[in-house]
Amino acid sequence: MPLVKLAAEDDFDGWRTAARAAALIGVPPEGLHWQVGDQVADLFAGATEPPLPPAPAGAAFSVSKTFVALAETVVLHADPERFALLYAMLVRLRDQPRLIEDQTDPLRRRLEEMAKAVRRDIHKMRAFLRFREVTDADDAPRYVAWFEPEHHIVRANAGFFMRRFATMRWSILTPEIAIHWDGDTLTQGPGAARADAPEGDPIEEVWKTYYASIFNPSRLKTGAMLKEMPKKYWKNMPETALVPALIAGAQARETQMVATARTASGGDAHAALEALRAEASGCQRCPLWQPATQTVFGEGPADARLLFIGEQPGDQEDLAGRPFVGPAGQLFDRALAEAGVDRARAYVSNAVKHFKFEPRGKRRIHAKPNGGEIEACRWWIEQERAIIRPTVTVALGATAAQSLLGRAVTISRIRGQPMALADGSEGWVTVHPSFLLRLPDEDRRVEEYARFVADLRRIGERVTALADPA
Amino acid sequence: MAQLDVQSKLAILADAAKYDASCASSGTAKRSSAGQKDGIGSTEGMGICHAYAPDGRCISLLKILLTNSCIFDCHYCINRKSANVRRARFSAKEVVDLTLSFYRRNYIEGLFLSSGIIRSSDYTMEQLVEVARSLREDHGFRGYIHLKTIPDADPLLLEAAGRHADRLSINVELPTVAGLTRLAPEKSAVRIEGAMAGLRHAIDDGRDATRRYKSAPGFAPAGQSTQMIVGADAATDRDIVGRASTLYDRYRLRRVYYSAFSPIPDASAVLPLQRPPLMREHRLYQSDWMMRFYDYKPEEVAAAADPATGMLPLDIDPKLAWALRFRERFPVDVNRAPREALLRVPGLGVKAVDGIIAARRWRRLRLEDVGRLTRSIAKLRAFLITEDWRPVALAERADPLPTAKPKREQLELFAA
Repeated sequence: MPLVKLAAEDDFDGWRTAARAAALIGVPPEGLHWQVGDQVADLFAGATEPPLPPAPAGAAFSVSKTFVALAETVVLHADPERFALLYAMLVRLRDQPRLIEDQTDPLRRRLEEMAKAVRRDIHKMRAFLRFREVTDADDAPRYVAWFEPEHHIVRANAGFFMRRFATMRWSILTPEIAIHWDGDTLTQGPGAARADAPEGDPIEEVWKTYYASIFNPSRLKTGAMLKEMPKKYWKNMPETALVPALIAGAQARETQMVATARTASGGDAHAALEALRAEASGCQRCPLWQPATQTVFGEGPADARLLFIGEQPGDQEDLAGRPFVGPAGQLFDRALAEAGVDRARAYVSNAVKHFKFEPRGKRRIHAKPNGGEIEACRWWIEQERAIIRPTVTVALGATAAQSLLGRAVTISRIRGQPMALADGSEGWVTVHPSFLLRLPDEDRRVEEYARFVADLRRIGERVTALADPA
Repeated sequence: MAQLDVQSKLAILADAAKYDASCASSGTAKRSSAGQKDGIGSTEGMGICHAYAPDGRCISLLKILLTNSCIFDCHYCINRKSANVRRARFSAKEVVDLTLSFYRRNYIEGLFLSSGIIRSSDYTMEQLVEVARSLREDHGFRGYIHLKTIPDADPLLLEAAGRHADRLSINVELPTVAGLTRLAPEKSAVRIEGAMAGLRHAIDDGRDATRRYKSAPGFAPAGQSTQMIVGADAATDRDIVGRASTLYDRYRLRRVYYSAFSPIPDASAVLPLQRPPLMREHRLYQSDWMMRFYDYKPEEVAAAADPATGMLPLDIDPKLAWALRFRERFPVDVNRAPREALLRVPGLGVKAVDGIIAARRWRRLRLEDVGRLTRSIAKLRAFLITEDWRPVALAERADPLPTAKPKREQLELFAA
């Protein structure tokens, strides 16, 4: 089996000349040994293998440009099999030139993957290589970098650095080869060790400051960082030393940021609510705005400690533009008064802020909002709660409970007991006053009303207790 | 105020810039320093990311503010007048020197300069333009420059900015006008869009001139972009997608960036404090991708959102969500379907589709052939017909697809 000796690891021209000759004299795909320099090519190639005979004069064949470009890239790959694989592909293309179009062919795929790895390595070298400034003998600055590429890409990649840093003197040292640029010509030297590169650069500290400051601790996405900047590159990048501390500090910094902002409520809550009300008046988050008269926003003092969430505005609320003014609202006011809760000190709002109804002749019959509508409108109630920051939030009925807790619940099961909400405040659930209006049985109505008042009384006491803990 | 050194100023003015999402350095005119006597830089390499921060964002440009003092009081902004933060200001020369010394060490592709507004819009814009001018004219800098543009500044200044910068951007800030009115009462949506329209005309004229005369000065060869804050106003995903596509069409933007609203220290009570909606931001970027590379129309992307809430699902990507809503369109026959239909298959990228189309001229494709072009054939199978595979029609499948199963994750015990 003939042996081909190539001048260097990235000797594309040598490969092309030999491969062309071999294909012309009909050497089969696996019929060649490839060797770079004087390294022994493979276990089965003895030193006595004959060289490849030259191609017959005048014979030629052509392959597509696509393949030539692919081969130029694949030759740079670290895999020792690359020359043989490319030759095998070339022999097949000679017989079937159009095979190059079949991207699903296993050999073509393998070469494509190799080319991709090489391109990625080239790209990462351009990205992650770091120069450090030293002084040459003539006192002029020289920029030196130490880089460890995966594939044989250094010479192929030199052009990028020459074009970008044309007017600087620079050296790129790698284990296999070193290249030097003096502003005019590129020279090449033997491989180097990390110790040959300078240790540091004063500007690196400034760069690290930048790296630490541009990182936003409230958006930790370590996976995304590692995907694009794998750890194998870290050891030669100054800024990566900061990563563990930045990640560790992120959670603490974010918590502190939120805490500072919570305690130091900078703005004017009343103005904020008014601004929110104005924004909500044009809300079109769900289709309910179309038939309704207007958005019915919450009402009450911005520093309320108690916040009630109802289901949705009814017919009268829709016309008046205020919550809890219809029959259910009047019942609610009476119950609050009996329970000793000051209605004027509480903030009242609804889980859904547009009236949902079905027209029946001249009347508009209340219709229950669905999960999507509750979800769409949750945004507003969450904003209201974030601005007011009540110590106790009360959900009246199933719709309000679903809005407050983010899941469908059974009122009877969780009624009358405090629940911890995500923001650290307290949540309670009870029935909606309209439920009392709909009960047909007089005795049952009296009984349920009493229960409702009892719930409100306990909630009122709870607000007082939380406000001044004895 | 005590004089701060450059490193301390950098800490303050990079920190103030960290809420900005944009960091692209691609898509501009080709420049190189080969054969040049002086100057430095090139725009080769399609926007290289020189590092990644633990927030997953790429660091391609030196992204800083000239100053974080501001005469405005926008509630979502860390640099607003009423915020209690340390203020600093760079001189133009300091920014120029910093850019060049970072560039020489291969840390960055160029500069992204923005600023709080001091004295007046014109004064601030002048300072920004001066940095770009000095880099280009005094130092022969051929790297990338992105300038944040101030909508109310004099058109002559914008014209100068476009001469020196590769890209200009004006932030629309919030997807809805109602949101802008609430959170940035001093900003005007009309003025912002007016300035975008002005830039579009200047960019178009510049393109036209360079086509006709080689020597014509270019104007912002990398075009203009904008940014929207997600999660600070009542806009749904459907609203945001619609708004973005309008902006793309109307002003020929290169990119619309989304920035999940982050809690900022000393936030005014106008804004709630919560974790930034990163997943939502990610889904919006994916929907942006669908429009820009997969030929989905904005209304089609909106159809992937929940009809009631107008939000894109968070647990699956919008392309899959769209496919599950329009099950009758699948499975698609890889050996016959037109390119448009293949592009709609969740999990098939543009490259894979091109590969399928080139290969099927050659022979009939089997499942393993498609598998070699994609990352996960298991996820794709339900949507494809190949020579040796035909799935149960999607519309007849009762079970959710393996791809559409939400990931289970443990809830946080001490979530704020």
